[in-house]
Amino acid sequence: MNFQLRPALVAFFALSALTGLAYPLGVTGLAGALFPHRAQGSLIRRNGQVIGSEWIGQSFTAPRDFWGRPSVTVDTQGRPLPYNGAGSGGSNLAPSNPDLRKAVLDRITTLRTADPEATGPVPVDLVTASGSGLDPHISPASALFQAHRVALARGLDEARVRGLVAAHVEGPQWGVLGEPRVNVLKLNLALDDQFGANNQKSR
Amino acid sequence: MSHAWSQNLLYLALLLSLAYPLGTHMAKVLEDGRTLLHPILRPLERGIYRLMGIHEDDEMGWKAYAWSITLIKLLGLAAVFLLMKTQAALPLNPERQANVASGLSFNTDVSFITNTNWQAYGGEATLSYLTQMLGLTVQNFISAATGIAVLAALVRGITRRSAAGLGNAWVDLVRSTLYILLPLSFALALFLVSQGVIQNLSAYLHTAGGQVLAMGPAASQVAIKMLGTNGGGFFGANAAHPFENSSPLSNFVQMLSILLIPAALCVTFGHMVKDRRQGWALLAAMTVMFVGALAVCTQAEVKGNPALDGLGMTQVASLDQPGGNMEGKELRFGPGGSALWATATTAASNGSVNAMHDSFTPLGGLVPLWLMQLGEVVFGGVGSGLYGMLMFALVAVFVGGLMVGRTPEYLGKKVEAFEMKMASIAILLPCAAVLIGTAISVLVPAAVASVSNPGPHGFSQILYAWSSASNNNGSAFAGLNTNTPFYNNGLAVAMLLGRFGVIWPVLALAGSLVKKKHTPEGLGTLPTHTPLFVGVLIGVVLLVGALTFIPALALGPIAEHLTLRSIR
Repeated sequence: MNFQLRPALVAFFALSALTGLAYPLGVTGLAGALFPHRAQGSLIRRNGQVIGSEWIGQSFTAPRDFWGRPSVTVDTQGRPLPYNGAGSGGSNLAPSNPDLRKAVLDRITTLRTADPEATGPVPVDLVTASGSGLDPHISPASALFQAHRVALARGLDEARVRGLVAAHVEGPQWGVLGEPRVNVLKLNLALDDQFGANNQKSR
Repeated sequence: MSHAWSQNLLYLALLLSLAYPLGTHMAKVLEDGRTLLHPILRPLERGIYRLMGIHEDDEMGWKAYAWSITLIKLLGLAAVFLLMKTQAALPLNPERQANVASGLSFNTDVSFITNTNWQAYGGEATLSYLTQMLGLTVQNFISAATGIAVLAALVRGITRRSAAGLGNAWVDLVRSTLYILLPLSFALALFLVSQGVIQNLSAYLHTAGGQVLAMGPAASQVAIKMLGTNGGGFFGANAAHPFENSSPLSNFVQMLSILLIPAALCVTFGHMVKDRRQGWALLAAMTVMFVGALAVCTQAEVKGNPALDGLGMTQVASLDQPGGNMEGKELRFGPGGSALWATATTAASNGSVNAMHDSFTPLGGLVPLWLMQLGEVVFGGVGSGLYGMLMFALVAVFVGGLMVGRTPEYLGKKVEAFEMKMASIAILLPCAAVLIGTAISVLVPAAVASVSNPGPHGFSQILYAWSSASNNNGSAFAGLNTNTPFYNNGLAVAMLLGRFGVIWPVLALAGSLVKKKHTPEGLGTLPTHTPLFVGVLIGVVLLVGALTFIPALALGPIAEHLTLRSIR
């Protein structure tokens, strides 16, 4: 097939240049011009510093913050590092794996310990690990489940916290796409902005 | 009640209505017609042919066609391998990613040239931007264009009479890329950025709080990864990663783009054989099987995991929570948006995931597993799905012919012993690779050691890996550690068999059909555009799939399903 070697080489290099350089660089240029904020990762800044991205969840563990979904991402040595934005991934636990049931039970226990008065059923999304380990959202039900704890820890009226949650609920797009959700990072930032980042338990 | 079912309906309606205009456009491209894009792209196209030293109307026989395709793939193999082995010294590597180990390079390389896009690598932790762009993105385009080209050659084999040529492989490759894949990808990539998918060449970002955010030219690769039924993610978590798939709308549009070209190619087929009903019949058969699979998967995932009952937790959907089986899923997609994705990605040879299939319920996971094992002919890969389905159509007319004791024919071409041999090889080779690979794996201790889940699910993980590789899908029950010498090499062989072991017999068959005279329709001809034929075709696909794989499925997902309630 000697006679096909030249066309093959030319086709390969021409298509590589077009689809491997011109195309991605063209998209980069145009996207940067049209949607600069989105193209760079929809970053959120406070006082001139980047504190995160609206799409990438962060690890919140203090009682005064809303907690996101469990994340099982790990660092480069394989040690747990929740919400590792440089190494996405899920648990890959099978539904039949006893470890899954145990992990879910542990998370339920943690939530109940953090707020013994929250006795209702825990929404499933709050105790199961997300696929990316970076899920920025929880369900409105999961946010309301934590409202009592957050209000208590911040010394706020629970109704005001629930009101803030309600204001942060995004419905399904076009009414049918996806699920109703609350962005955890944005919600916590709104809490800090409205009620102060350093308010303490006032009891 | 979750939104899942209405989202499914909207999806089907949009998919089928978009298939028509795109299918008409693709028919023009493959039949030397002029399109709206010609004034801009035609000079570029002619320039490429001049450099190549070919004439557009040079015809190729089936062997020359097959060799051309194989040759450009071999070049791709060499180029991607070289990129991975030298990326540390090359530009566009702000994170100083090291050169990739040989075993992993070989596996990734093979997986991209075969349209599998199996992810033994974790994108953001392994690959430089240059490798992603110039290596993987390019192969995404070429392997999809290859699928369209081979399909075009097969269709010409059916429509041309007493001829020898199947068209020109180079022209088909270049035109598919220029007039179909590039414009669609460009538009989709920009849309995805508008939704929050990132596209930049920046170094990874360190936030004030110490979080590291992976960056990169994601949108441009994601667009062709979806449209070309490739599926290899820019990030480790693939389309579950918010920077790769940010909003429910980006999710919906990406799901549409998985099946868009495969569905539209049925319309293209109808145009090219000058009988649109033939294309509609194939599309109908695919849609019926898809709807059945989608219903099972959606129902299983929305219902949730019975092994988690009784823990003081709720999996019931309501207005303010999705409920269902949420382990390994993203909240913005929910169980519905994840089940639809899983069904579409395995019906096609896409293999991208927006949720971890390993954590699907047994029945929810059985659907993707079986769709792959059917040979990905329910819509299927770009080009490869339809030429796979045409192999089944030949078997269907053959079965029909046996019933009335008459030489079968398809679209005026007699289907004889040689054609049946080639069709059988194309259908059975991937099946054999799945079962033999799985059988060897369960006997080799090093292969069993990669399993991460106990019980029947461990077997499912192995079965899934071989089903995915042999059918060039690329999705995984990702708990299975496949970055080992056994799997890197074994699965690479399966991927090569699944791609070239199908392309060569399909082209040989086209080469045989093209020489035949046209046989006029007679009284004994089985019409291939009727509901009856659609039924026979579905029957043949399901029967082959059932007889070959139900025993293996019984050992994996079905056994797991039956034990689920006893997990404590």
